[in-house]
Amino acid sequence: VLRSEATDPLWAIPWAAELDSVGCCVPEDHLAPPRESESVLIERLLAGDEEAFTTLVTRHQRAMRAVARLYTPDPSVAEEVVQETWVAILSGLRSFERRSSLRTWMFRILANRARSRGEREAKIVPLSSLAEAEPEAIVDAARFDGRGMWAIPPRRWEADTPEAIALRAELLAAVEAATEALPPRQRAAILLRDVEEVEPAEICEILGITDGALRILLHRARGAIRTAIDRRLGGPG
Amino acid sequence: MMLTCRELTEIVTDYIEGRMSLWDRVRFQLHLGMCTHCRAFVRQMRLARSANAAVPSPELTPELKEALLARFRDWKRAQDPEESSDP
Repeated sequence: VLRSEATDPLWAIPWAAELDSVGCCVPEDHLAPPRESESVLIERLLAGDEEAFTTLVTRHQRAMRAVARLYTPDPSVAEEVVQETWVAILSGLRSFERRSSLRTWMFRILANRARSRGEREAKIVPLSSLAEAEPEAIVDAARFDGRGMWAIPPRRWEADTPEAIALRAELLAAVEAATEALPPRQRAAILLRDVEEVEPAEICEILGITDGALRILLHRARGAIRTAIDRRLGGPG
Repeated sequence: MMLTCRELTEIVTDYIEGRMSLWDRVRFQLHLGMCTHCRAFVRQMRLARSANAAVPSPELTPELKEALLARFRDWKRAQDPEESSDP
């Protein structure tokens, strides 16, 4: 659970504001699309609004494909599973009880279908176990000295706000390409968390992994994205 | 005990996700307060966290869109049996 700035005693530290000037401790409701818009979307779908449907499909396409591909590595089969899932989502929509968010419910349906399809084809990707206790290096060890301090510090980025990054199409293309190149589980985890804003506990349930495994997947995936941006922005050295 | 820069980079995701114990958080922030390089690093990791949400959703191909809309219309007809029986 994210701490809110108001209740965090550390917020009283003078430099804490500077530390968290980019996006940490952003209240969850700021990150997630407001619940209202989701219920509006559901109402529009139930009313047969085609645009609402294509909007929904487009919005969730990346993450849907990523989750389907975990279990059915053949992209055309994964695509089929996603399409069938949309049909299943539509037929379940009236009885959707809104105990979870629409997104979580959709991804649960998808994962179940993809899993049984994968089993049927006996091509299920072995979900190798992760060494959960090990510290995770996402920075080249050569960048640190013997005492664990930066020997080669991070390069400064010329675009260093979310807005500045969002304005640069070539950066976003690099982020997209780096995400595509991730191992399947890292890709599914980062898209569910950073794009879909699904809660960690729900992601664990959807992907059938432990909390420790999710933390590692996210850490590695975001490390790879940082490296991809750094290659574009970091300048020489 | 003091956190090293290297250790900080290994636990940064727990910090960003807000999933640290108070003690680890104190150690983390004490380090950040003294280390401009790690401040830059944490900032970059936050940008990496927000970057994917800014990636535009790929457009649906016309074929896929048609296929999906056909399924949507089937579903709609099944919802309103009276309408679908219209000539």
